[in-house]
Amino acid sequence: MEQKAFQFREIQARQERLAPGHRMCAGCGGSIAVRNVLKALHPGDKAVVGNATGCLEVSTYMYPYTAYEDSYIHSAFENAGATLSGVETAYRVLKKKGKISSEYKFITFGGDGGTYDIGLQSLSGAMERGHDMVYVCYDNGAYMNTGTQRSSATPMYADTTTTPSGTVSQGKPQARKDLAGILAAHNIPYVGQTTFIGNMKDLYVKSERAIYTPGAAFLNVLAPCPRGWKYNAPDLMEICKLAVETCYWPLFEVIDGKWILNYKPSHKLPLEDFLRKQGRFQHLFQPGGEPFLQAFQEEVDRRWEELLARCGE
Amino acid sequence: MPIKTRMSGNEAVAHAIKQINPDVMPAFPITPSTEIPQFVASMIANGEIDTEFIPVESEHSAMSAAMGASAAGARAVTATSSCGMALMWEVLYVAASSRLPIVMALVNRGLTGPLNINAEHSDSMGARDSGWIQIYAENNQEVYDNFLQAHRIAEHKDVRLPVMICQDGFITSHAVQNITLWEDQAIRDFVGEYQPEHYLLREDEAMAVGPYALSPYCMEAKKAQAEAMKRAKQVILDVADGFEKITGRHYGLFEEYRLEDAEYAVVAMGSVCGTVKDAVDAMREQGRKVGLLKLRVFRPFPGREIGAALRHCKAIAIMDRSESYSSQGGPLGAEVTAALYRAKASAETVNIMYGLSGRDVRVEEIRGIFEELEKLAAGEVSYPEYPYLGLRDGTEDLLNR
Repeated sequence: MEQKAFQFREIQARQERLAPGHRMCAGCGGSIAVRNVLKALHPGDKAVVGNATGCLEVSTYMYPYTAYEDSYIHSAFENAGATLSGVETAYRVLKKKGKISSEYKFITFGGDGGTYDIGLQSLSGAMERGHDMVYVCYDNGAYMNTGTQRSSATPMYADTTTTPSGTVSQGKPQARKDLAGILAAHNIPYVGQTTFIGNMKDLYVKSERAIYTPGAAFLNVLAPCPRGWKYNAPDLMEICKLAVETCYWPLFEVIDGKWILNYKPSHKLPLEDFLRKQGRFQHLFQPGGEPFLQAFQEEVDRRWEELLARCGE
Repeated sequence: MPIKTRMSGNEAVAHAIKQINPDVMPAFPITPSTEIPQFVASMIANGEIDTEFIPVESEHSAMSAAMGASAAGARAVTATSSCGMALMWEVLYVAASSRLPIVMALVNRGLTGPLNINAEHSDSMGARDSGWIQIYAENNQEVYDNFLQAHRIAEHKDVRLPVMICQDGFITSHAVQNITLWEDQAIRDFVGEYQPEHYLLREDEAMAVGPYALSPYCMEAKKAQAEAMKRAKQVILDVADGFEKITGRHYGLFEEYRLEDAEYAVVAMGSVCGTVKDAVDAMREQGRKVGLLKLRVFRPFPGREIGAALRHCKAIAIMDRSESYSSQGGPLGAEVTAALYRAKASAETVNIMYGLSGRDVRVEEIRGIFEELEKLAAGEVSYPEYPYLGLRDGTEDLLNR
């Protein structure tokens, strides 16, 4: 695949494909993810955007208004992968029959609820069948649309409405699922993990690669949620940066089975720096929280070492 | 030109799909419909059709992919049975409300509890409020003919609703019967090219499917869908007329078999109707005024027409192949009885539960039902509840009390 150099100004000057005026919250990572992933579509290329039920869907396509400049389809919570695989198959057959001639790209968005959990089977099927599409998970680490219930993407010890911290509870007891690893195990041509860093170059480059790599591609985007994570909305970019600098959310790719680490902090920051800014972890900073902070740090360290080994670092 | 041959109901559907050559078929295997995607996959493998088959990982994904393909502007078909359709349930509603003309071959089989793979209508009856048109068949010929008419009905601008073409598991799907096929070109001309008006891949416009609709708009969407279902009745009849012009085979909303002067009638759907016809013929030879109303179209429900057709009867047995656990009968019983009430019919009625989980029904049993109807009209028997037919424990059975 030909990939042009990252031209910030040219990319920012492109027409918005997620129109302003939608109803997502201020400081929401989901809408930032969608806007920037769609910016990676080359001007003039057509797309069909898919969507699992969730915050994004109910806030961007509320009848009679849609925020999408491209064709868009939402069906249900757990079937974004299968639904878009039907669209992509229709494209191939209509093209084969000479009924359409334009180039289309297929990108579907799901939150971690629709992707890690209820929609995992549908996603797995679509990826395994090798449809020429991108599945983008905007991972905010809980079922935010229904009010911050835990998901398998929720970090350990996070306070959610179904894993509340309390006098005998430290929040969610389990560590989060490694979805990017699961998708890499599908042996699809492209898996990327990213978040919002600096001028969004990492997100752009990975989105473009995912969209323009023939075959199935998966992108996992850490997309903070101010309501669920309980942070001050302007701190969004700082929190994303800390997620990367603490190695809680490493930036990596798996291209044709080869694991590539995109960024290695010169001074790995302690996990506490990432957690401290979020209300969902405040109970860990109360007296008695130290062993849990330590256990969480050990979990992050273990996974970081595992990733380094996979990437040959 | 008619082509006389013999095949099973599943083969008949597969042959119809071959002649229609749809764009996309997502499917997941489930007994007794599994052969349909197998046959289609073989046709694709041998270059006989250019349909794209999507070997999905579940029926939920089958209906989801069919929905995506249909919304994208493709002609989409699928096939399933029983629990497979139960897994599609959520998406059945989404597809219908999105007004997507998907055609599904449903090989009727009971929903699990206990697990059973045989004929029963609990799958389609459970989905009777999902917004799908439902057309039932007595035999292989009707399955083939109904499937050929389905796309024309579904895609009609006055309708734009998905259609399920139902046949009884094993009894129809697997039994090989004589059948008259029609040549490919005539069928392709009859079904025609699919030309949707708005679709995701229309190059000169973008389109959005599947909105979140709040209370100020959502009710109108449902009303519009209900109106489309009402209009489907006339479209079904018009398509049947066109089909008759080519093949000479007549179809309506239901078939009236020796019903015109019948005093005692059975109302039923599906393969049991062949058994009922045998009983009717035998009893007519004895001068008994008996007849059958064989319902073909269950959705939209032709209540007014059924009421008019049965109004003259003295007693009517309504046969249900699906429990609804309502304590007062099955779905067909409820809807036909309501139609009779509105028609101000004075007939006595009894709703009979039969053939659950593939329980066999014999001609003698249907004769027994007609004899019960004569007693019911004469006031010699009454049915405070809805009786079962053919139970192992005779004391609970309609004909062995």
